[in-house]
Amino acid sequence: MNWLRTHWKACQLALTRLVAAPLNTLLSVLGIGIALALPGAGQQLLTHVAVLTQNASATPQLTVFLAVDAERKIAQATETRLQGLPEVGKTQLLAREDTLARMKKAEGLADVIAALPKNPFPDAIVVTPADEAPATIERLATTVRQWRTVEHVQVDADWARRLSALIRLAKTAVLLLATLLGIGLVAITFNTIRLQVLTRQAEVEVSRLLGATDAFIRRPFLWYGALLGLLGGCAAWLIIAGTTLWLRLPVAELAQLYGFDLLLALPSAADSAVLLGAAMLLGWLGAALSMRQHLR
Amino acid sequence: MIPMIKFDRIAKRYPPDITALADICAEIVDGELVTVIGHSGAGKSTLLKLIPAIERPTAGTVLVNGQNVSALGRGALPFLRRNIGLVFQDQKLLFDRNALANVLLPLEITGFPHREAQRRAEAALDKVGLLARARALPIALSGGEQQRLAIARAVVHRPSLLLADEPTAYLDADTAQDVANIFLEFHRVGVTVMVATYDDRLFPGARRLRLDHGRLR
Repeated sequence: MNWLRTHWKACQLALTRLVAAPLNTLLSVLGIGIALALPGAGQQLLTHVAVLTQNASATPQLTVFLAVDAERKIAQATETRLQGLPEVGKTQLLAREDTLARMKKAEGLADVIAALPKNPFPDAIVVTPADEAPATIERLATTVRQWRTVEHVQVDADWARRLSALIRLAKTAVLLLATLLGIGLVAITFNTIRLQVLTRQAEVEVSRLLGATDAFIRRPFLWYGALLGLLGGCAAWLIIAGTTLWLRLPVAELAQLYGFDLLLALPSAADSAVLLGAAMLLGWLGAALSMRQHLR
Repeated sequence: MIPMIKFDRIAKRYPPDITALADICAEIVDGELVTVIGHSGAGKSTLLKLIPAIERPTAGTVLVNGQNVSALGRGALPFLRRNIGLVFQDQKLLFDRNALANVLLPLEITGFPHREAQRRAEAALDKVGLLARARALPIALSGGEQQRLAIARAVVHRPSLLLADEPTAYLDADTAQDVANIFLEFHRVGVTVMVATYDDRLFPGARRLRLDHGRLR
């Protein structure tokens, strides 16, 4: 009970000090809020894009091209052989006549196609793999490439893999940014607490002379740092939420143009708790480092 | 009988070569009233500061209730100081807190329950005649009132030893006598009182320790 009471008292004292200097508090909170909002918003955006790519990667395909002069029955046999593979979900044979007809209808290509002495297109089989994992698709492509009747295999899931790699890179960048800005937050709190200690030097000195332990002296400053971090976390949440609501419609419209449904959502309860908890913890850490240096 | 305070061949030197105290041997027993007198720079404040280990001796030992305070570690110091009431020459009041909050501070440090602390703080303020000014900020108090407030803060946790460094400095004669009387009252109820002062006539019946250039005469 005594432990709880002393912490409650220290927390109240820290709150009083925060309120007593509103401009300083506001500026520190804004600094922390902006520092946290950048990685927070980045993480939020990446979460959405990652969901998007998971949906998009449902349609990776392989196109298996046969030799230009291969007979139709070879194409059919190849399709049957493909269907026998466990990695293959479904297949569709594209006859070269159909391809030629489609190309003739394409704008600007009709004259070129008409000038050709014979149909330049091979029969092709579009394969939808049973498993969407990039490794499985790559293994399937490698197997099919070795078949004598197959001229070329094109993996149409490359873009998804590139995007996935890009997201992984972006996640690493966000983590790096979060680390750097987290250190920044600790530095902000460290300096704020240092200034607090300097302005409260008399109180610290008198408390020591009256028999205060280091823990007693440290406690309100630690709460000050933690509360400053928490308020900064709240500011960051508001910045992220505001930005999300502001960009929701334009992003949805842009995504629609590319055939995706992307509606930015507010941070989830778990994400919000992580943001606020991390902010509070980093604020406390900055204060703890500052006090450690001061009381040494 | 173990003396409450024992200075055993104490020396205190400051760099480069300033001797504040040299070869001090003295004992103060429980319940005694002692004045430390001497000219400015004689070493009175330094001697007093050795007891709560605000200063450490360069040589010798300071024993408080048989405990060598010069050898106390950082963790043990607060518990030594909680048993001592300190009145400083410059009072060391916190000017952003009112009189009551200043007096409450030692009790908060020792972890007293709020109601009990409040009761004790008001009683201490009453004792020094400042209860009516409990909500006043120190800046609004006169020099004598500030000194009495410092005394209230020093005695609120009922220490067995009260140390005061020039508590009547800068006060007019009447106010100085009022302040001295408060110390005399505490002495009468059994508190050991040690006062560094320029005017020991304010403390009749006290045993004198006269310092001259850092040496006891």
